[in-house]
Amino acid sequence: MNGVLLSVKNLKMYYPVRGGILLRQTGELRAVDDVSFEIKYGETLGLVGESGCGKSTVAKTLLRLYEPTAGQIVFQGRDLAKISKKEMRSLRQEMQIIFQDPAESLNTRHTVGSILEEPFVIHDKGNARQRKQWVDELLQKVGLPADSNTKYPHEFSGGQRQRIGIARAIALKPKLLICDEPVSALDVSVQSQILNLLMQLQNDLDLTLIFIAHDLAVVKHISDRIVVMYLGKIVETAGSDLIYKRPLHPYTQSLIRSIPIPDPVQRSKLATIEGDLPSAINPPSGCHFHTRCPYAKDKCRTDVPMLESASDNGEHKIACHFAGDVGLAI
Amino acid sequence: MNDSVLSVKNLFAGFSGDEDYVQVLSDVSFEVKKGRTLGIVGESGCGKSVTALAIMRLLPLPAGRIEKGEILLDGENLLKLPVEKMHSIRGKRIAMIFQEPMTALNPVQKIGRQLMEIYSLHFPKLTQEQMQTNAVAMLRKVRIPSPEKRMNDYPHQLSGGMRQRVMIAMALASEPDILIADEPTTALDVTIQAQVLSLMQDLQAEMGMSIIFVTHDFGVVAQLCDDVTVMYAGRIIEEATVKELFASPKHPYTKGLLSSMPQLDSKSKAELKVIRGVVPGMNQIPSGCRFRDRCDYAIDKCAMAMPGCEQVNSNHKVACVRWQELSA
Repeated sequence: MNGVLLSVKNLKMYYPVRGGILLRQTGELRAVDDVSFEIKYGETLGLVGESGCGKSTVAKTLLRLYEPTAGQIVFQGRDLAKISKKEMRSLRQEMQIIFQDPAESLNTRHTVGSILEEPFVIHDKGNARQRKQWVDELLQKVGLPADSNTKYPHEFSGGQRQRIGIARAIALKPKLLICDEPVSALDVSVQSQILNLLMQLQNDLDLTLIFIAHDLAVVKHISDRIVVMYLGKIVETAGSDLIYKRPLHPYTQSLIRSIPIPDPVQRSKLATIEGDLPSAINPPSGCHFHTRCPYAKDKCRTDVPMLESASDNGEHKIACHFAGDVGLAI
Repeated sequence: MNDSVLSVKNLFAGFSGDEDYVQVLSDVSFEVKKGRTLGIVGESGCGKSVTALAIMRLLPLPAGRIEKGEILLDGENLLKLPVEKMHSIRGKRIAMIFQEPMTALNPVQKIGRQLMEIYSLHFPKLTQEQMQTNAVAMLRKVRIPSPEKRMNDYPHQLSGGMRQRVMIAMALASEPDILIADEPTTALDVTIQAQVLSLMQDLQAEMGMSIIFVTHDFGVVAQLCDDVTVMYAGRIIEEATVKELFASPKHPYTKGLLSSMPQLDSKSKAELKVIRGVVPGMNQIPSGCRFRDRCDYAIDKCAMAMPGCEQVNSNHKVACVRWQELSA
């Protein structure tokens, strides 16, 4: 199957900014501002960008953990932005999320067995004996010892807790698994264990993944396609190999060149872009990146660039007025 | 030629709990050379931060304890100094910056005042105006835009990257011989990390201090450090110059770490190499080689005694009994 599982169209998610004694709304923070993308069945989509660029908000809005301000989220032909909360609850069987710190999302007073059984109870599946068997299968699938079900989350290491979080997320055999910084808090030697597990589960269970992380090497390794976000907008999207070989947007280029390469022979002065991420409450006019862009011209300060195709097959898209200019080549 | 500024010799340190004592550092020795950057790498819990704090004699009391060993700054043993004398070394000759600058800065004082405090502590002869001028110059040096204005800002008004620059300015204000940086860029975004790292490189070239850079990120080590020390479970397991270490790592742990990292030019979706198991807690360390229960090459001999550091060549040492046959 190679159809589209999820299609996001013009998604917006604005947080109200309140001020004054009466906490009237004084402005809005455009965390996700007119974002559109598609995910095919079985594919892994990587979402990258600096903190505050809106990548986690996209993930949570897709699950309607946040209510979208505008736009469509079409999942298997149904617009999630329009359906009732009750329908959404039952649809969440099909879309699950794992977080950066599994310790915070696991109930410390429940045994691992009861944590993993809970999804089946909530969605009224099986009887006690079947559920026990399913829990055992889940533990085996994520590589936890069989006697884990009687233990509590605090008895496990960070990497093992992330395995518990993954087991709970795949319990109901979801189609889509959103991974929000799943390995950022883990040690290097454990990180690769979890990445391997995710790739293996994706194969075994035909999962579609949205993978969010700030470590670009990690995202590149696991993703088929990558979406780069900056201040709530998509600035570039392409296949993961292509985007690293031939990044077109000046922001993507500087992100990639900022990564310290683990090879002292290739030591070069780390390319840096000036300044910090501007505030999303009052973003720069025109192209949001113009305040830090070394190539910014007058047009960039006034006109908002659209996300447009930069390749013949439309796979590579970029939002830059001067895409493909010679001066921008890496 | 002896160009070592700081040398740590056979350091043992740990923490006492309610009943028992847990040894964290076991026989740690290394040298910091003048004007060079030493990277101390390892996973969480390997003792790298404890090493940094021990040098500053800042292990939390009463639990923290240095059992034995020497920390020689230009030949003078810091562990033998009375506490009052340590005040004139800490911040003056050895300065330190931390991962989260917000916890190190005073939230209710303007950064200008905090920076001037350094000068009044270490250079009490300066006048108020001179301190002000020096503080502004220091902020300019760490590339903070419009430094005169920023002097009147409170820490919360600055971004994370700016705060780390202020920390660097405060640390370098007294022109220390050694700067200890404990994961200073770990909490920063990659573009801001690149800015801070290149700032540190430039400042080192200009001021000539030595840097001890504590990190878990081999990418940062490769870009910034001259020498590297790899720690595992409280012991140094390998040390070498940075080129030597990346070109021919000898210890199975170092090799494992280097090959388990996904890289930009590696094949996507390929299975990653892993080191099995997890870093042991300090009270469950195996006998003999501390890495042996996670090591693919462990043999009976590894359980017998802790391997000492052996010389591979003049700038490479490794603590593994099988390094010779494994590199053959």
